Amino acid sequence: MQVYSTPTCPWCQKTKEFLKENSISFHEINVAADQKALQHMVDKSGQMGVPVIDVDGQIVVGFDKQMLKKLLKISG
Amino acid sequence: MYDLVIVGGGPAALAAAVYAARQKISFLMVAENIGGQTAISADIENYLGFPATNGAELSGFFEKHIKKYGVDAKEGEKVVELQQKSRSFVVKTTAAAYETRTILVASGKKPRKLNVQGEDRLSGKGVTYCATCDAPVFSGKDVAVIGGGNSAMDAALLAEKYSSKVYIININPELRGDEIMLESIGKSSRIAVFNSAATTEILGEKALSGVKFRQGSGSEKTIGVQGVFVEIGYVPSIDFDKLTEKNRWNEIIIHEDKERFMTNLTSVQGIFAAGDVTDVPEKQALVAAGEGVKAVLSVFKYLGSAMQGY
Repeated sequence: MQVYSTPTCPWCQKTKEFLKENSISFHEINVAADQKALQHMVDKSGQMGVPVIDVDGQIVVGFDKQMLKKLLKISG
Repeated sequence: MYDLVIVGGGPAALAAAVYAARQKISFLMVAENIGGQTAISADIENYLGFPATNGAELSGFFEKHIKKYGVDAKEGEKVVELQQKSRSFVVKTTAAAYETRTILVASGKKPRKLNVQGEDRLSGKGVTYCATCDAPVFSGKDVAVIGGGNSAMDAALLAEKYSSKVYIININPELRGDEIMLESIGKSSRIAVFNSAATTEILGEKALSGVKFRQGSGSEKTIGVQGVFVEIGYVPSIDFDKLTEKNRWNEIIIHEDKERFMTNLTSVQGIFAAGDVTDVPEKQALVAAGEGVKAVLSVFKYLGSAMQGY
């Protein structure tokens, strides 16, 4: 599971907090410091906004809490 | 049936939620996101009690506060319609429909769009409405900021930290805003300003490649950029509300009833409104929080009097 983010992005922060609260481990990638990773993110999501969350190949753009809950089978 | 449904997730909605929770009325809040415009603000230095904070941190505290009271917050649900029934309302969302005696609309504002060719097609592919979020994505690239006020200057100064060249395309004859930012922009060798310049098109196929604009009555110019930050103000986030009366800026008109000591009333009895979505002149986080409290205190009075058969 990967979270593509930037250091300034509030929704990236919220995404990471949400995942931590639900004890889900993830690999964070700072696309501001890694051009190759940025290109991967653009290829995967077809857009340049952050955060992008890759849940086993399923791509979520933005902090979409309902979608993350669904994909990660988090209840409540 | 709920006593109250709060629509929105910014300071007005959250402050109202804290009071509603403490009053122990039956309510829920529906918000696309918790934090609203506050969450995407950069530095915040005028919120009482927080001499130096930022949007992410301050909205984090807001969220902790409502969580302390176990507020039922449907985050990520978008309200699509408000319906009026004989003695109640229905708040329809993308996920459910909630019946309620009262509604507090505190849905804030969303970025204003340019409405030029290429904008929608390249949205997310170089066009962004959240410089705070996306400026670092454009490291080493050239970008344009559209706008000429404080938020445009803020975006330009943030973009300058990452981008090679930053162009400001401003429709007015000069930039307007805080003197401290005007000075920083004037001193910067990497920020160029085009005044009296109207953006006409955003260019690019799969990715953004440039922006076209017309300066004064001259011919169109094109500059090559990979990112465009649109910072031309905000419009009420109110597409779902066809019930209440609005002013010419599409803000909900609120009024007070001094005899009944109630404020934040809309043209529809039982619907209240607070914060930036209303015609209150000051659009500030701290003002919105106070407005949210005023509105929910009026909701309590309304519910009390409605229950007594008024």
